[in-house]
Amino acid sequence: MPHSTGSPGPAIDLDRSAHEHASALRAGEYSARALAEATLARVQAQEPAIHAYIRVTPEEALAQADAADERLRAGDAAPLTGIPVGLKDVLSTQGVETTAGSRILEGFTPIIDCTVVARLREQGAVFAGKTNLDEFAMGSSTEHSGYGATSNPWDLERVPGGSSGGSAATVAARGVPIALGTDTGGSIRQPAALTGIVGLKPTYGRVSRYGVVAFASSLEQVGPFARDARDAATLLQAIAGHDPNDATTAPEPVPDYAERFERGLEGLRVGVPGEGLVAGLEDGVREAFEQAVALFEQEGAVVDRSVSLPSLEVALSAYYIIAPAEASANLARYDGVKYGYRFTGGEGMWDEMERTRGNGFGDEVKRRIMIGAYALSAGYYDAYYRKAQQVRTLVRAEFEAALAGNDLLLTPTTPTVAFPLGAKLDDPLAMYLNDLLTIPVNISGNPAISIPGGFSEGLPVGIQLIARPFEEATLLGAAHACEALTDWHAQRPALAEIGAPS
Amino acid sequence: MDLSSDEVRHIARLARIALTDEETERLRGELSSILGHCQALSAIDTSGVAPTAQSFSLVNVERSDEPRASEPVSDVLANSPAREGDYIRVRAVLDQPDG
Repeated sequence: MPHSTGSPGPAIDLDRSAHEHASALRAGEYSARALAEATLARVQAQEPAIHAYIRVTPEEALAQADAADERLRAGDAAPLTGIPVGLKDVLSTQGVETTAGSRILEGFTPIIDCTVVARLREQGAVFAGKTNLDEFAMGSSTEHSGYGATSNPWDLERVPGGSSGGSAATVAARGVPIALGTDTGGSIRQPAALTGIVGLKPTYGRVSRYGVVAFASSLEQVGPFARDARDAATLLQAIAGHDPNDATTAPEPVPDYAERFERGLEGLRVGVPGEGLVAGLEDGVREAFEQAVALFEQEGAVVDRSVSLPSLEVALSAYYIIAPAEASANLARYDGVKYGYRFTGGEGMWDEMERTRGNGFGDEVKRRIMIGAYALSAGYYDAYYRKAQQVRTLVRAEFEAALAGNDLLLTPTTPTVAFPLGAKLDDPLAMYLNDLLTIPVNISGNPAISIPGGFSEGLPVGIQLIARPFEEATLLGAAHACEALTDWHAQRPALAEIGAPS
Repeated sequence: MDLSSDEVRHIARLARIALTDEETERLRGELSSILGHCQALSAIDTSGVAPTAQSFSLVNVERSDEPRASEPVSDVLANSPAREGDYIRVRAVLDQPDG
């Protein structure tokens, strides 16, 4: 019998991808239970070093694994049956505390699953736990979590990026093969780049936001982290599509996300906007990026360097009005009345509410709410909020024009490799500038992916590919082609040895 | 641009966030610098440009008007910080100082 009952079975190679595990589970090489046990052991062994999780959920995971083994025995397995997944802690999980990285939601236990979690549950996936993040997904380093910072598995003194830093770190460290994050201004792509894995932000409206703790509703999407394009495709396939509970989900049919995997790069039209080579771009990142462009050319892609995105930089300014404005409205609900933390013993209702929010929110969240409240306040609305929305129209038009003659746009994902913990904590604007190349794509709504693009001084570099709306399959096809030509995605941090089965 | 401490306190009041004096001063500097960066927007010519609220706008999405079961009251109330029976307990709303 391949199904373990607690006795040590064959050592399971946790470097394997989700699709390799899926084949092994079907072949009876090992059970979902044994895979879950090995995964939990490694995750827990790595936690003291990287702190990727706010909460590891072994009981739930083992129960799900046993149910997955039943399905495997019955020959009723879905692509993700028995596969361990990490869930960013903004994703509501029925009966399991969901904090959004904020002390104001400490102890909050959702009574529903968000749609993406429900879809993974239907497939029989195994939830390893809730991953760490910047509070309410506001940040680029995971240092703004109310539950402590996450470290980068490549260098424990450096940030893993953010806001989905926990999901990125546990996938990069070979804790779980796949994880979900959310991307409002780069919060999937930037940590994927800084930890050397694949991260995809779907087209706005492609994936349901129902039950996801809201930050900036017109910008954010849930998306996959994985160590290769095939796993990213499988995870996206599981969560994409219309949801009657989210009126902003698109009615467009969901294609097979692996349909371009045999296409290669030959004849692909690739735009390289000059604005992507921003001031402050590190030399090592520039070199890795130029190598990636050369790889596309060598494989027969047609590279167009005349393409231009003149509003790329001002998109950052538009974002830092629009996202905080939406945040100030979305976070008005945390008033200490219906759920979460409540300050008591104040001088009355308003005093208690203000002190609930003053104590419950961290510094970055307060900053953003304040910016948003200012931009939406009487006398400033037109100059800031309306103006930012008009600039958004210009940014969208530029992406549309740039992608009219090109299948993909290429930029570095981030201007620098992972920076040291604490380096930008006292300078919010410097922290914001790290997302200069990812934010415009949330403003425009296009899909984009960050793929491993080599190393600079021993730290991973990410390459960003941007496609036309709803053409995630083009991104994944190109990503898959790059993996066949390089071994960047197969590099692993030394930390991955921790908790390895001996 | 430079915000005054009074402006910061006014925004905090709008946002219903209690700030210490130290936080007020720190935020004065930080918000001034962030909003200063966003002044770049004013240099962009947007005359005649329609605002975009959402990238690929779906308009007036409606569902059929059919009654659906709501979540059980006891489940919904389970997360409230203070309750009394099937009610959430709050401070008195009327005659508030600083309302």
